[in-house]
Amino acid sequence: MPEFDQNKIQVKELTVLYGNESSLQSISLDVPKNQITGIMGPSNSGKSTLLRILNRLSDLIPNILIRGKVYLDGEDILRSHYDVNRLRARVGMVFAKPIPLPRSIYENLTFGPKIHGLKERRRLDERVEQSLRAAILWDEVKDRLFESALNLSGGQQQRLCIARTLAMQSEVILLDEPTSGLDPISTAKIEEALRSLKKDYTIILVSNNTKQIARISDKVAFFLMGDLVEYGPPDKLFTSPADKRTEDYVSGRFG
Amino acid sequence: MKEKVIEKILTLLAFSAISILLLITAFIFKEGFPLILKAGINDFLFSAKWAPTKGHFGILSMVISSLAVTFGSIVMGVPLALACAITLAEFCPPRLLVFLKPTIELLAGIPSVVFGFLGVILLVPLIREYLGGPGLSLLAASIILAIMILPTITSISIDAIQAVPLLYKEGALAMGATHWQAIRLVILPAARSGVVTAIILGMARAIGETMAVIMVAGNALKIPVSILDPVRTLTSTIALEMGYSAGDHRTALFAAGIILFIFIMGLNILANALMRKK
Amino acid sequence: MMHINPTLSQKIMKVLLWGLTGLTIGILFFIIFFIFFNGLPQISWTFLSSNPVDMGRSGGIWATIVSTVYLIGIALFFATPLGLGTAIFLTEYTREGLITKIIRFGTESLAGIPSIILGLFGFAIFVMAFGWGWSLLSGGLTLSTMLLPTIIRTSEESILAVPREYREVAFSLGVGKWKTITRVVLPSALPGIMTGIVLSIARSVGETAVIIFTAGSSLRFPESIFESGRTLAVHFYILAREGISMSMAYGTAAILVLLILIINISAYLLMRMFMKKFS
Repeated sequence: MPEFDQNKIQVKELTVLYGNESSLQSISLDVPKNQITGIMGPSNSGKSTLLRILNRLSDLIPNILIRGKVYLDGEDILRSHYDVNRLRARVGMVFAKPIPLPRSIYENLTFGPKIHGLKERRRLDERVEQSLRAAILWDEVKDRLFESALNLSGGQQQRLCIARTLAMQSEVILLDEPTSGLDPISTAKIEEALRSLKKDYTIILVSNNTKQIARISDKVAFFLMGDLVEYGPPDKLFTSPADKRTEDYVSGRFG
Repeated sequence: MKEKVIEKILTLLAFSAISILLLITAFIFKEGFPLILKAGINDFLFSAKWAPTKGHFGILSMVISSLAVTFGSIVMGVPLALACAITLAEFCPPRLLVFLKPTIELLAGIPSVVFGFLGVILLVPLIREYLGGPGLSLLAASIILAIMILPTITSISIDAIQAVPLLYKEGALAMGATHWQAIRLVILPAARSGVVTAIILGMARAIGETMAVIMVAGNALKIPVSILDPVRTLTSTIALEMGYSAGDHRTALFAAGIILFIFIMGLNILANALMRKK
Repeated sequence: MMHINPTLSQKIMKVLLWGLTGLTIGILFFIIFFIFFNGLPQISWTFLSSNPVDMGRSGGIWATIVSTVYLIGIALFFATPLGLGTAIFLTEYTREGLITKIIRFGTESLAGIPSIILGLFGFAIFVMAFGWGWSLLSGGLTLSTMLLPTIIRTSEESILAVPREYREVAFSLGVGKWKTITRVVLPSALPGIMTGIVLSIARSVGETAVIIFTAGSSLRFPESIFESGRTLAVHFYILAREGISMSMAYGTAAILVLLILIINISAYLLMRMFMKKFS
């Protein structure tokens, strides 16, 4: 099927319930390959839930009920016997708060690859350098790779977390409000890194910051209370939205 | 697959503590219960005549002695323990608290044989000299036990007092109460169930303590009439006679163990229920 | 009724309460001082390194140190995997419910069982039913039932203190559950788990009632775990109670108290290290 060539991920009529409360209602959306797809919406709109389903971290949530299909390269990832660990290696996640493990910078980056079987020192070194360069962090930390990652600044820690998913050679990077706790300069650096990463990766960015979404997304989805209200190119959503609710949101009337 | 096996193994391990508890209950009852039936519940519980080699298995004097030393230790230990708990939780600056709390808990780490030894060397002669009697006595055992259960009661009471919402205290102080009035009228009543739990656990510890009691209580087999009388508790009897007992005598010691076990489980369950009520 | 000024009564109570607290701490320091004052002069290299002679009237305490180490080693060998496994199950593999209630009830009740009952149990099952007689193995196994609740509780608390986010990070890197636990959670919780083990060692060093009926009190140097052995605490008890030798008793007591001080202080420092890591 040719459509998989352009679309890395396809979500088909996805409905999610927590207990009796609905979190997502029959969402369908295609995520294009090698682009940044921005997802915006007020809190509790279901955007983080969607992100967690894309790498099945949703398995950890008790009483969650999922209906519908999600395809990664045409493969149904919600199948019950699907290998979630392989999935999560392919679909990396960066959280709102930078969470370096309490180890050295080097070990943070090699932790995943080692567990997935990469033992060779030279190739591990390569991975570390590549991923740090790609996350635009290499120059700042190359001389202290073996120091604790906890000594880095917040912005550096978050770029380390991005580098950590890159070191896994994942194909998709999910970012859940990655700059919410950072200052403007750190934020700019992360946005710069994301722009340069999209030639090799498919990126999905969830953010409350509509300006950020407008700045770097190739496609934008607007979620409200579990509904996908509108999905399209940023120009369309930010200048001539089709839906009144989108207009209200981007003009700052709520959210 | 591998994850499933690991989960199964861990589930099995997790039942180890409860299995051991059931095994203990089963073994103690299996070993001791036939004797209670043989001797008759009445003659076992309500007779003070203990001569197991001659077929007399009355444990009344030991039960009374155990209860008496426990009561004595509570009477002396609780005020002291509560004083420590209130001081540490309310009057003590936090920087001193991180040092003083572990210091008091260290008291719980002193081996019971050391407590018993010091009791014999220092306390018993004092009692003999100034109060009369043999010195080895109900009083000596109660004092030593009071010190031994103090850390348990203090530590749990501190947690109970610290768990009282700050708002209660602030409310009382805002109405013009002094700090002590706030403690007495607001904080302690609010912490009551935790403090009572602490006391019950202290009682359980006192009634089950063996080595220190053997060393200072004098071990005379009779119902005490004065605090200066020597006493022999359930635990002392078991420990003293286990080594040379055989046949019915040995089973009689297990039977005494059943009574002790019932006391302890009762106190533990009570403490648990109180803790849960909070 | 006489009315006392509240400010005055507060002053009186404060003095009284501090006084009683001072008394308690005074008792502790007095115990330590008294034992050290009388016992430390008895301690020498020969005292530590030679075996007891003539029921312990002369010679040293080497055999009892070895028995103590054996016994604690055996007890921890059994109690640590059981306790740690239980803690991992409670924190990582289940949610609060009937099963955790049962397990918690078992753990708390076991913690409350006095050592003399555990001793009776160990005697009935290991010494008699299994026919192992008075031996270090019987003693160690019985001792492990006493240590199990402490190890469960401290391990559970330490594992719970590890930030939940670390698990999410590991999962999001495609690391399986068990590897997440062994590579991320347990290493972070290690100082806390060690604290529990260290405190268990302190309790074992001072324990007598459990051991005397299960490991016996043979003064011979133990050649295997199937032999009886006398621990430091049991040796001290017998020396003191049977009036064999006061100076030897003081010396042994000083070693006991010294060990317990060192172990408790290390546990305290470990715990502080652990708390600092996550605050």
